[in-house]
Formats: sequence, structure tokens, C-alpha cells
Amino acid sequence: MGEVIVITSGKGGVGKTTTSANIGCALALAGKKVALVDADIGLRNLDVVMGLENRIVYDLIDVIEGNCRLKQALIKDKRYPNLHLLPAAQTKDKNAVNPEQMLKLCESLKEDFDYILIDCPAGIEQGFKNAIAGANRAIVVTTPEVSAVRDADRIIGLLEASELRNPQLVLNRIRPEMVKRGDMMSLDDVLDILAIGILGVVPDDESIVISTNKGEPASTVDDSLAGQAFRNISRRIMGEEVPFLDLTSDSGFLKRLKKLFKG
Amino acid sequence: MMDFFSLFSKPQSKNIAKDRLKLVLVHDRANCSVDVLEMLKNDILRVIAKYMDIDDEELDIQLTQTKSDTNDQVPMLIANIPFKNVRPKEKDRE
Repeated sequence: MGEVIVITSGKGGVGKTTTSANIGCALALAGKKVALVDADIGLRNLDVVMGLENRIVYDLIDVIEGNCRLKQALIKDKRYPNLHLLPAAQTKDKNAVNPEQMLKLCESLKEDFDYILIDCPAGIEQGFKNAIAGANRAIVVTTPEVSAVRDADRIIGLLEASELRNPQLVLNRIRPEMVKRGDMMSLDDVLDILAIGILGVVPDDESIVISTNKGEPASTVDDSLAGQAFRNISRRIMGEEVPFLDLTSDSGFLKRLKKLFKG
Repeated sequence: MMDFFSLFSKPQSKNIAKDRLKLVLVHDRANCSVDVLEMLKNDILRVIAKYMDIDDEELDIQLTQTKSDTNDQVPMLIANIPFKNVRPKEKDRE
């Protein structure tokens, strides 16, 4: 029996879809059967981040309305055989689904997959309620900015009100240099404000932009630091204890120079 | 640990961010809007004005948070109300 994890944030543009894709790939590479579900009806994006946009035949709404069977709509990723994507509909709107239907969908996915990751739309309205309806567990993505942390706080409150206790935080787009000079909130600063456990910290990394351009999530790229962070996050999801990446050590020309002199 | 150079530099902007966030979240979590606070302020003023002369402009009322006995953060309403003098009682005035 699988576990349904919703990836949410409140604010848009903080990296929900990127996080969903990367965790999904990393879990699949670790041998787990994974279904990625794009719950952002009307604004689907997980398919392009995954590089599967050309393979869509049916979507989530087709499944819910009974136009096709669930298995027909699931796109099997040829690169990672354990990974499947259920794309969102692009032409419908969020009210085309209700929470009961999402719950039912999640229950049937649980029979075939180890992990079902739901990419939640931004906001706190119907789309959010749909996305969390079938979830057993929640991940809140935020960046170290006032607006994103504020919205994360709101989401944490709403998740707990919906009986999704103990959500876990992914702090995305950390820039170690800025944290070091005190111009960006650190993990400790954010945890000081939000009442939430930490799942992982992801550095702001060019490799994310490059891999999104290509449609190959960074967690499948060996030398990507952000990819490594996402692989660690997925190991923590599977219950492993993984130390946090030391983001302060190897970035920046001056530091590398210093390191050279230090030997 | 204090960096030598940070003694001469500007205040760290992350602390400004944290302070602003904390204040915003006190309001968000208490579900208390500026409007409500303004209405509360006016009501408090009206009651106190029955007994004391106060300067409306000097009144400062705000939400903040404090640690409770069990060490949880709880919201707290703080009002600073400087007054000029206590009004004489009704019967004294007669």
C-alpha cells in the first residue's frame, strides 16, 4: 500500500513543481514505484519539467470523468521505468474536480505505487483542497523570503486544520554566500519562525535551470548540488537519516582560492 | 561569532526580514486585521476618555507575541496610553 504525499507552498513560483519532479525521479531511481500527479488543473507544468509534454494522451480529468482507465492516462517514463506521470488537464479549470474524486483517485493509485506525489497548485482555494484531499503526508516548499515564508505559515495552519499533521519543510533556493553575509534568512532563521520539521535545504543552483530547459530533473544529474539535495530529501522520505549538505564549503571563487592555499 | 568587517557594515537585512515577518505573522495567526485593531483602539479611547484626558495621537496599540508559562509563543495586545490628567468625578464637578 503506497503513501500519498502532497507538495504544496501557498505562494507560487517557489519551486513546487521542480521539487515534485526531482523527488519523484530520485525516489524512482532508488527503486520505488512512483506516480507523479499534476493537480494544477488548467495550468499544467509538471509534464514539461519532466520532459514528457509530447506524450500526453489522457489527463486527470479524463480519468475522473471516466473517459479512460487510470492505466491509460498514466505516462510511463521510458528513462526511469519506475516513474509514471498523471498530467493535469490544460483546458478545464480547478472546479472540474472535487475532493472526493481526488481521494478516490489517490486510493486507487495507492494499490499500484509506493509513492504518489501530488503537485499542488498555488493558492488556498479549491485546487489546494483537491490536492490535499487524498494525502497522507505533506511537504511545504518555501524560499527564504518574507512573502514565501508568510504563505508557508498560512499553509501549515490550513494543513493542520485538515488533519494533515506534521508537514515537513523544503527550504528552496538558498544562496549560501548571501546567508553568510546576513542578507538572506538561513534555515535556522526560517525554522525559528515556522512551526515545522525540516526535510531538506536546496541551494539556488544553475543546474536546475539547465535541467528544466532540457526536461531532465536535476536529481538525475550526478554532479548537480541541487540534485544531490533532492536525492537526500528523497532518502529522508524513505526513512533514512541523511546529514544535511554543507552548502557553505565549496562555492565561490575566493573560497576555492582560499582552499587552494590552505591545501 | 562576530565578523570583524560586520562591525562597520550595514545592519543585516535578514534581521529586518525576520522582524517584519514575525509582526505580519502575529496578525495573520491571530486573524486580526488593521481594521479590527483600529475599531478596538477607538473603543478603548472612548472608555478611557470617560475617566482621563488622553491625547488620541499618543495612543499606541499593537499586537506582538510573548512567551507563555509553558514557553509557547502567544499573541499579546499591548497598549501604551499616556494621559494628561484624571478627570474629576462627576459629583465633584457639581
